[in-house]
Amino acid sequence: MSSINQLLLEAKSVTKYFGTITALENVNLKIHAGECLGVVGDNGAGKSTLMKVLSGLYKPSAGSLFFDGKEKILESPKDSQNLGLEMVYQDLALAGNLPIGENIFLGREPTKNLGLLKFLDYKKIKELTDAHLGKLKINVKSADQKVEELSGGQRQAVAIARSTAFNAKVVIMDEPTAALAIKEVGKVLDLINSLKQTGVGVIVISHRMDDIFAVCDRVMALFQGTNFAESELSKTSRDEVIGWIMGKK
Amino acid sequence: MENKDQEKKSLYLKIMPYLEKYGILLLLVIMIVVMHFLQPDVFLSWRNVTNVFKQISWQSMLALGVFMVIVTAGIDLSVGSIMMLSLMILAIVAKAGAPWYIVVITPLIAGFLCGLFNGLGITLLRMPHPFIMTLGTLYIFRGTGNLISGGTPISGFTDEVRYLGHGRIDLTWLGLEKSQYLPVSLVLIAIVYIIFWIFMNKTRTGKWIYAIGGNPNAARASGINVNKILVIVYSLCGFLSGIGALILAGRTDSGYPNAGLQSELDAIAACIIGGASFFGGRGTVLGVFAGVMIMGILRNGLNLMDVSSFWQQVLIGSIIVLAVYIDVLRRDLGTRK
Repeated sequence: MSSINQLLLEAKSVTKYFGTITALENVNLKIHAGECLGVVGDNGAGKSTLMKVLSGLYKPSAGSLFFDGKEKILESPKDSQNLGLEMVYQDLALAGNLPIGENIFLGREPTKNLGLLKFLDYKKIKELTDAHLGKLKINVKSADQKVEELSGGQRQAVAIARSTAFNAKVVIMDEPTAALAIKEVGKVLDLINSLKQTGVGVIVISHRMDDIFAVCDRVMALFQGTNFAESELSKTSRDEVIGWIMGKK
Repeated sequence: MENKDQEKKSLYLKIMPYLEKYGILLLLVIMIVVMHFLQPDVFLSWRNVTNVFKQISWQSMLALGVFMVIVTAGIDLSVGSIMMLSLMILAIVAKAGAPWYIVVITPLIAGFLCGLFNGLGITLLRMPHPFIMTLGTLYIFRGTGNLISGGTPISGFTDEVRYLGHGRIDLTWLGLEKSQYLPVSLVLIAIVYIIFWIFMNKTRTGKWIYAIGGNPNAARASGINVNKILVIVYSLCGFLSGIGALILAGRTDSGYPNAGLQSELDAIAACIIGGASFFGGRGTVLGVFAGVMIMGILRNGLNLMDVSSFWQQVLIGSIIVLAVYIDVLRRDLGTRK
């Protein structure tokens, strides 16, 4: 990426303890508009914890988050969603017993209100779902299909559709290709590239160097809960990044 | 050959969703037909049909409450005790001479507060499972009911208080006989079940209840306040138990210490027979109604045929196991494509 755009999100000296365990210590992260940041690290390096702090699922023990340059304190994932940050979880965070459309709009369903009662607008959910899936070129039999009836790749597509249904500014993807068949990996990577072109900042957590080197502009490595190394993608190599993951510079 | 197989498969796939939705109703209809042939003079008589509805009236309220809790993958063991405590409070307030409109609201408020207590306990005390909290309150609420009443029955309510459980809607203006009345409790069941059907299927909160049962982490990640929804569900369950108390007060004209003893198990049984999954996220209001009816008809039919109540226990237990086994088989068939 030649022109680094507006800074969307910045984490400064984020620290997180779980009881006596230090999961993160003074971790910094920046993501700009239209940029893809790869976050790598071994199991237990703190990647998932960091993402959960960014999305408001965990409260940091210390440190601060800046959205569009303003410091924000997140009480719940709802707060980060309202600030334009979306998360695609590794376990996909979909409710298998609900249809595709209702999963995409879960928590933000269009409603018709009658006093205090909020009735679901099923017709609008279906229209918006069909339009959104069409825009992302995601093929499913019907938006009324239950998510538990879908393949792993289709579920991933639904999870990404879900994250981008509300004009997200930053999308975090946790191992977006881990559960996919090879021919589906390419589609997801295409989707990430097209998200970047629309000015979305994408953070990809992945073990797969192929993914990192296909879509990312910058890569940062966490090691034992700390910032270990960071580089523009063009100035590093696969072997160097793999070394970082193992704690070697 | 292959074509034929495919046709068979597509027909099967077309029928499956309907079978999944309405299979339990089919079972109910079969039971009614069988009972009718076994007891042709009595079973479908006006008197006996209204009797069945009167008998299931308060159980149907408890089952509906427990159903919503089961959809969230929870359980409420305290509904019988909530009903008993609400009934005792109603009896005491009635005996103190409060006007009827106060008396009829007290069990609803008492039930709601008991449910709220359960919900807050489960979420704020972070109980490992609702089973534990509601097992505790099963004892706490019944004990409290006995404490405030001294463990003795309190009888004698006014007609207004008894209306929902005992009232009759005269149908002679339709040309029917005086004995062919409509029990008010039957109308109440219909109204409450329709309201909760709308609540569970058409409102956003209802959808979130299903989502929590399907995957609580997904619900939480979607920004749904899971604890708040759980508190609402347990409160509504308590509220419905309070309605059950009001109906029971009308039916028995008495607040008595053994009211609703073990009825939490009947309520759970009705939900399971009706197709609700213990793992949460599955089940319908219509299914629960069918489950309640199946249990009511079974008890009624066996009584009509003079079968001992011990056999009734054995049969109801067997139906629970059979109903769930059929469900297991159906799921097997559904996934073998």
